[in-house]
Amino acid sequence: MAEQMRLSKEALSADFARRVEELSGQSPYRCYQCGKCAAGCPFADDMDLLPSQVLRLVQIGDEKVLEARAPWSCASCLACEVRCPRGVDIARVMEAVRLLSLRKGNTPLCTADVATMGLPQIALVGISRKMTP
Amino acid sequence: MNSIAYYPGCGVADQARSMEHTARAVLQALDWEMQELPRWNCCGTVYSLASDDLMRHIGPVRVLTHVQELKLDRLLTLCSMCYSTLRRSERFLNEDRERLERVNAFLDDEPDYRGGVRAVHLLELLRDDIGYSALETRVTRPLEGLKVAPYYGCTLTRPRSVALDDPEHPSVLEDILEVLGAEPVPTAQRVECCGSYMTASDPSVVRRRVTAISEAAAAGGADLMITSCPLCQYNLDARLAEAARTGAPRLPSVYFTQLMALALGLDPALDEQVIDPRPVLAARGLAVEVEA
Repeated sequence: MAEQMRLSKEALSADFARRVEELSGQSPYRCYQCGKCAAGCPFADDMDLLPSQVLRLVQIGDEKVLEARAPWSCASCLACEVRCPRGVDIARVMEAVRLLSLRKGNTPLCTADVATMGLPQIALVGISRKMTP
Repeated sequence: MNSIAYYPGCGVADQARSMEHTARAVLQALDWEMQELPRWNCCGTVYSLASDDLMRHIGPVRVLTHVQELKLDRLLTLCSMCYSTLRRSERFLNEDRERLERVNAFLDDEPDYRGGVRAVHLLELLRDDIGYSALETRVTRPLEGLKVAPYYGCTLTRPRSVALDDPEHPSVLEDILEVLGAEPVPTAQRVECCGSYMTASDPSVVRRRVTAISEAAAAGGADLMITSCPLCQYNLDARLAEAARTGAPRLPSVYFTQLMALALGLDPALDEQVIDPRPVLAARGLAVEVEA
């Protein structure tokens, strides 16, 4: 049976949701859970939470989302950004969740295989930025 | 001769030299000269999506300031990621003077960036400045019978604010292919991410993505794919070669500039790919001499 979710006004105004909103510049409350981002995400198969579920946890201020793998599977390709009917830049929300996790001292949930020589500089700079708070 | 300031970026200056070589030759044939900036640095590759780290805009600002010092307001890029990062940083800082002032304060005794330098991708220059008809008159070796699947990737058309074409239904690469005499094979995968820099953290994800992209191109009957980004090219070539060992279609990929060079009778610099495109070109009557 699915875990019961308790919603309350207190949770909806949680500091965490506000911090994500501030950092991403996106209001999570615009999202009405249509799932279009999840349907078109080329990396949804690798995610433990769908992009829409990440948005949902942010809406209810649930910090569990900081331990999710999903934001680390996001490559900021912005397929969701151009398709969201509510104009939410979901990649910015993913970035905010990653940064909040890193800034709490958590280890990034990805590693650069720097032993693999011959990788383009763009790849190395890109992944290093993802892992830097 | 027309000229435009040019920013190579790290990828093009190193592993994508064949892209620069062919772009320069093609533009020369079209009466345009690429003038490399006397000084430049990395653009930062990935545009920062956080609202509180202005520091990450320093890289792009330094590059744009070099253009401003030449009293110019446009900067040519070949790499899609450089194009995107430079344009987005410029927009982000230009829409709020306070941000720009803080960046300039950080830059201390370096010249202030005043805003207004626009990055221009080579595809835009070809479409909007040079025009397809001028390109067509230079085609000496039409790519007749060659079926080519364009791959746009992400940053040419997303986000919408800096998209150089329609984000869902772009056509600039198809249009250029038609001018070159080739047959475009558009696929639904052409705007879907190849996995980007995750090639450094999770190559298996990238192998799965490039498998889907090459399968779509192969299903459409494509002989090869074209790219406009050194990272897409790496993934669609080196990572696809790995994926091909377990069944992915081993379809070659080249930069769109290389196909343009071929059609204009110039050196297409096709000797750096892992998956060699020359056999399929030869099979279509487009044999390329191998230089000794």
